Amino acid sequence: METKNIMIVGVGGQGTLLTSRILGGITVDAGYDVKLSEVHGMAQRGGSVVTFVRYGDTVAEPIVEEGQADVLIAFERLEAMRYAHFLKPNGVIVVNDWRIDPITVVTGVAKYPDNIIDELKKSHTVYSINAMEEAGKLGNVKAFNVIVLGLAARHMDFPEEAWLKVIENTVPPKTVEINQKAFLLGYKNDKE
Amino acid sequence: MADKKIMLGNEAIARGAYEAGVKVSAAYPGTPSTEISENIVKYPEIYAEWSPNEKVAMEVAIGASISGVRAMASMKHVGVNVASDPLYTISYGGVNGGLVLVAADDPGLYSSQNEQDSRAVARAAIVPVLEPSDSQEAKEFTKYAFELSEKYDTPVMVRTTTRLSHSQGPVELLDRVEVSDKTYERNPAKFVMMPVNAKGRHVYVEKRMKQLAEDGCTMPINKVYYGDTSIGFITSGIPYQYVKEVFPEASVLKLGMVHPLPKKLIEEFASKVDKLYIFEELEPVIEEQVLSWGIKAQGKELFTVQGEYSANMLRKALKGEDISVNEYDNVPVRPPILCPGCPHRSVFSVLNKLKIHAAGDIGCYTLGAVAPLNVIDTTVCMGASISTLHGMEKAKGKEYIKNWVAVIGDSTFMHTGINSLMNMVYNQGTGTVIILDNSTTGMTGHQDHAATGKTLQGETVPAINIFKLCQSLGIKNVVEVNAFDLEALEKIVKEEVARDEVSVIITKSPCVLLKGNVFPNVCKPISEKCKKCGMCLKPGCPALTKQEDGTIAIDTTMCNGCGLCKSLCKFDAIEICEK
Repeated sequence: METKNIMIVGVGGQGTLLTSRILGGITVDAGYDVKLSEVHGMAQRGGSVVTFVRYGDTVAEPIVEEGQADVLIAFERLEAMRYAHFLKPNGVIVVNDWRIDPITVVTGVAKYPDNIIDELKKSHTVYSINAMEEAGKLGNVKAFNVIVLGLAARHMDFPEEAWLKVIENTVPPKTVEINQKAFLLGYKNDKE
Repeated sequence: MADKKIMLGNEAIARGAYEAGVKVSAAYPGTPSTEISENIVKYPEIYAEWSPNEKVAMEVAIGASISGVRAMASMKHVGVNVASDPLYTISYGGVNGGLVLVAADDPGLYSSQNEQDSRAVARAAIVPVLEPSDSQEAKEFTKYAFELSEKYDTPVMVRTTTRLSHSQGPVELLDRVEVSDKTYERNPAKFVMMPVNAKGRHVYVEKRMKQLAEDGCTMPINKVYYGDTSIGFITSGIPYQYVKEVFPEASVLKLGMVHPLPKKLIEEFASKVDKLYIFEELEPVIEEQVLSWGIKAQGKELFTVQGEYSANMLRKALKGEDISVNEYDNVPVRPPILCPGCPHRSVFSVLNKLKIHAAGDIGCYTLGAVAPLNVIDTTVCMGASISTLHGMEKAKGKEYIKNWVAVIGDSTFMHTGINSLMNMVYNQGTGTVIILDNSTTGMTGHQDHAATGKTLQGETVPAINIFKLCQSLGIKNVVEVNAFDLEALEKIVKEEVARDEVSVIITKSPCVLLKGNVFPNVCKPISEKCKKCGMCLKPGCPALTKQEDGTIAIDTTMCNGCGLCKSLCKFDAIEICEK
């Protein structure tokens, strides 16, 4: 199998590491070679963060580079835009329809772009969901990233049961149920 | 078949130490090395500690090694500078039980103040260096490092980089091998490094490195693949993966031991390939040696000494591939910032208001250097805030620093700041030192230290009292204040900087990300009362945004209810409510 390249991007503190742990787990369970690359340290303090996940028969390079990503999972709109050029021509963007202003916008130095999702749709296949709102309805806003992961999971190579199993094995026991629900909410949502 | 687990490079290094029978591990947290100790602590067979700094950690490991057990110290690259004093000398003394230093470099400066290359330090210290290229090797090489250490009577450096330390990959798990302790026998000629003994040991050190260079030619971790011999690479570590990605058919000499270099092996490899490239991140450590032997090769004339490498870089440089892609224009940058509710922001807002300059230090609070806070003027290294301020005073006089303070975190203060403060007292400085005490080592992900009252294992121990510690130095003006009490803070800062004596202001408030911290409240704007003055926006809290009509909105998912914005609002237009 040709190596599959996934990127998870967001704002430091949004919990990209949990999502990458679930993704890492499912690829190993399926018997693939896998490499994940994360960002720790200073950038985690509200900066732009990116995690790379590559899986396939054998994986050498641990990072995904410009023009190579099959799926771009973005936990925030602006971050989807920042990393969109990492996608392959037929790559897919899965984006949490949510805005977090960077400090440059808060202080008035820069402007947060309008209509990001429409702009992205002009040249990419985009699936978007307001996962914060949906997670709030489920009773725990923190589960938002698993909703986004669920939406992205439709573009990867693993069956529903495998996802539910890896979630069970990865998240704290008390949160298994809500995370599985959150995952399915994204997974069953198929509107572009 | 052995169990396989997906592991961070750092987690795999910890596993390697465990399987190698290591009994003692000491470290000071520092990105990208921190997770090594955070994983070692999961193995109760290993005594593990956070030491106050890397020098102490190295010396703890040295003591354990001399006593006869396998011991490890781990640290980030700049930590190796702090530990270099014992390192350079234990290189002479050698080991009893195996001794390994893990040095984590940060090409690309993800979370560091420089981009130095630990291989160069190891060369100067005359210590062998192993460099793994994935998680599996991180585990294997760590184990192998202990074998080499004991076989060649030398401390061994395992060098990792951010990309390896923070990448995950599958690792085969093996059982721990309990290594029996080496007998301890008094041996001053080896372990008392006074001139007469060190002279003798220096002779040994040179012999040892020569032997290692020779044995490196057949060492299993130095691997040669002959494929297409028209192109050959000498590489190691993570850059090896980029070579494999772009030139899977090329001939490759993959060095597992990057110092000392296996000269004969390299000469043989060079003679068999038509075109030779040396592909190493950061300094031309391998290249300069290889070129000095009269071998023709290309390295830094094609590949930069700065930042991380990548496969695309190789494609561009050697295949001439055009990899340009269209980025969106006008995407505002998103630099890291202090968290909502961070006590540092509160302290900095006061310093900013009083137009006070700060000599800074290493920690999250370095972020006080950037807009909109613009408080920190200098950042050099751990502990430097207090000593640089002292230097300014001695250069320009005490009046010159009346609008200056030194700011340093609690963990950094315990690391080396205390030495600088001793100096300020001893040499009759008059500086004002603000210790931003957030009860943790924040930036690296919340590690305990001597003043938090918790060990690496989370056990409760007596906490060193920073207030009393400062008093014990003979400092009369030591004041403690809540970091969010703006009024008191402003008054105290004004008083203390005016004084012709050393002052220490300890601003207390735990890091908002500290586990167990609960925030029952959120701040809410009352838009009718808002006069759109923008005062609340000044400290740059990311939970606040200015709306189109000029009033503010507060993101309740981000707000921790610290109340800084409320304190700054003169019109009572912000209230604190229960979540």
